Amino acid sequence: MNRSLVTLADHSREKIEYLIRMAQEFEQHPNRLLLQGRVVATLFFEPSTRTRLSFETAANRLGARVIGFADPKVTSGTKGETLKDTILMVSNYVDIIVMRHYLEGAARYASEIAPVPIINAGDGANQHPSQTMLDLYTIYQTQGTLENLQIYLVGDLKYGRTVHSLLMAMRHFNPTFHFIAPDELAMPETYKTYCRQYNIRYEEHQDFDADVISGADILYMTRVQKERFSDLMEYERVKDRYLLKLDMLSHAKDTMRILHPLPRVNEIEYAIDDDPHAYYFQQARNGLFVRQALICDALGISLEQVKNDKTIIL
Amino acid sequence: MKRQELIVSALDHGTVIDHIPCDRLFDVIDLLHLRQMTSKVTIGFNLKSHKMGTKSIIKIADRFFTDAELNQLSVVTPNVSLSIIRDYEVVEKKQVCLPDELRGIIRCNNPNCITNNEPMATFFHVIDKEQGAVRCHYCNHEQDIHQAKLV
Repeated sequence: MNRSLVTLADHSREKIEYLIRMAQEFEQHPNRLLLQGRVVATLFFEPSTRTRLSFETAANRLGARVIGFADPKVTSGTKGETLKDTILMVSNYVDIIVMRHYLEGAARYASEIAPVPIINAGDGANQHPSQTMLDLYTIYQTQGTLENLQIYLVGDLKYGRTVHSLLMAMRHFNPTFHFIAPDELAMPETYKTYCRQYNIRYEEHQDFDADVISGADILYMTRVQKERFSDLMEYERVKDRYLLKLDMLSHAKDTMRILHPLPRVNEIEYAIDDDPHAYYFQQARNGLFVRQALICDALGISLEQVKNDKTIIL
Repeated sequence: MKRQELIVSALDHGTVIDHIPCDRLFDVIDLLHLRQMTSKVTIGFNLKSHKMGTKSIIKIADRFFTDAELNQLSVVTPNVSLSIIRDYEVVEKKQVCLPDELRGIIRCNNPNCITNNEPMATFFHVIDKEQGAVRCHYCNHEQDIHQAKLV
């Protein structure tokens, strides 16, 4: 059985809940020797420092050793080696491969040819399942449930891979989504069709203010990037409309939490960092526990084994 | 027999593919690998047709294709007529239908798809046979099969 993680799209509700329970174990005790003697490869054909550090920390804290590259310039890919050859070569050395690639579908292909499991750490604009999983974990952690939540997605909803994956993964949990974005970066029709297909309620809002977000359980902010606009006048016109300011939280629910996949530029005012609604740094920290769970699951280590683990370092 | 049909000679055993749109004739030749064929192949190009104005026809002697081979034609010519001939008689007529999966037939129209950057076969899932919508197994991009380019 191929235990690779390419996408969360096919994961059942039970599987998602199972992975959350496993990540909770690692949150309690992140330092273990569960993977002692194993070797993890991190192959980053496209630089992504925070994702790589998070995966490498996850492996290191479980006692595994890590090999790999952080920069595609040092690999044979630049000499014309195919992805297949690189994957088959590295598979000879390691127990599992964590791969980031700039081409869409690279992870699926690697999972089909590699004799070891592949974890997709992002393939172009396609999928980034460990980010989605840590978003789900954080939502569960802050709300105590994934069910029946009001989730507000703000900023770049057109190119934002994380918001698309989150939307699809939440289909099991009866969410209501709220889309707040400039016209040029509005949620694509494909995903609205997806919502209708799975009976996911959604509303689109023109304004981004205290009243609109007062009903939110989760406020998921993303970066509006200048390079996404074909019309720079349009960018100048809308760029400040999707910035979150402290005074906009005046009517927010006490339990509401602000998430952001990071890096942030200016879309969340720095004064908000000290507000109890801010949760993006804890969210990033959860990436560690979630990635520990994803690596173990791909290696065939069960929740039961994690619970009965005698290698915990206190 | 009408005169029009005598332009290409009758077949004793084999397969007749009729009502091929003229601009798709060479795609059909490629899809069925007719260039490598050693048996007798008769090709009629720019023939008059009541139904279509002009059409093309291919008669392949002593060769019977599998359904999987013939269904590939649905990508370029969904409405061709297929006749299986034995002893100068039409013993079977077939329709092509779009299969559930297309392997190695069309290209993905996403330039950032791995299949356009690695020596590998393409693979599509047909998600709507009536509309002709297909989704790339690798990058998940959807495209209209009528706009698709052959590999």
